[in-house]
Amino acid sequence: MNMTYNTIKLRITNYHEVSLWDKLLLAILIALAFTLVISSLALAQDSFPTDDDVNKIAKQLYCPVCESTPLDVCPTEACRQWREVIRTMLADGKSEAEIKQHFATQYGVRVLNVPPNPWLTYFVPGVAILIGALMLMRGFQMWKKPLVAESVSDKDEAEPVQQDEYIQKMEAELRKRK
Amino acid sequence: MTEYTPQRRGVPLWAQIIVWVFLVALLVIVAMGLRRAQQGTVQPGQKIDNFTLTLFSGYEYEGKTEVTMNELRGKIVVINFWASWCKPCEQEAAELQEAWEIYEPTGEVVFIGADYVDTEPEARVYLKKFGITFPNGPDLATKISQYFRIKGVPETYFIDRDGVLQYVQVGPFTSLGQFQSIIDPLINQ
Repeated sequence: MNMTYNTIKLRITNYHEVSLWDKLLLAILIALAFTLVISSLALAQDSFPTDDDVNKIAKQLYCPVCESTPLDVCPTEACRQWREVIRTMLADGKSEAEIKQHFATQYGVRVLNVPPNPWLTYFVPGVAILIGALMLMRGFQMWKKPLVAESVSDKDEAEPVQQDEYIQKMEAELRKRK
Repeated sequence: MTEYTPQRRGVPLWAQIIVWVFLVALLVIVAMGLRRAQQGTVQPGQKIDNFTLTLFSGYEYEGKTEVTMNELRGKIVVINFWASWCKPCEQEAAELQEAWEIYEPTGEVVFIGADYVDTEPEARVYLKKFGITFPNGPDLATKISQYFRIKGVPETYFIDRDGVLQYVQVGPFTSLGQFQSIIDPLINQ
């Protein structure tokens, strides 16, 4: 009888000890699982492109149908479809450059807000404008200061003016007629 | 006596030539742009140059993934510009397919669908929705639509056996009879 009591007591004691450990372990496991779920959800949310991610690229593209309307603010059904294409490509891990290249290939370079060769596009008109401005400046200077300051008579005394042969002949001819 | 002579310092000739060349080139570009804007679509009577249309998988032409205008010489070609986002295109889609089913067995007429600024998944949904089976593909970089100078979708171009444009339909067809009234005379030519 005594032995039986001791066995039961031992079992009860063991039961209590194991139960505490189990509870602790269970609590840790639950906490870990919860953390895993939360972090995986957060990761999934991070990898799924948000509207901001899509619009960041969409604002660099123009609607090919309704001209002069950036894709991020374009309200048409077609633009909505193109924004979804951007979202899908971002989710597939495509870079911004790859997405823009895809749009240029599909719909032409006119959809890009910056031309493919901006250096040439901006440089040539810039140089043309600069040259034109210099020419105008030179022209205005000539109009403002057409006179020269040297007196012909003084110059004649000083040294003979080098004249064009044709003009010399012409003047000689005129002198004869006088 | 004091006499003044104008000083002979001007803009060098080479610089003047450059400026004039720039100016003339600019005017030519502006004039060409204005002319193009006023031209409208390609007009009937014009010979259509060669172009290549890449085709969607499942919508190939004789098993080929590309179709060129040159290989279609000798046949009447109907080029239809459409888009999945275009509501008026839906009005004519069924008639277009019906017409294709009538003329395909003759082997004399080829229908080509050029999908204008569209996305492939939506285009496929549209094609499936209307049961379209004739060759279709995206107008990549809008090269073909720019060549035809389309003003919108839908637009349909009818080209005769010699590659000469015969008729342009701007906007949707409303009946099968409309197709027949254009295609039949071309077949009988």
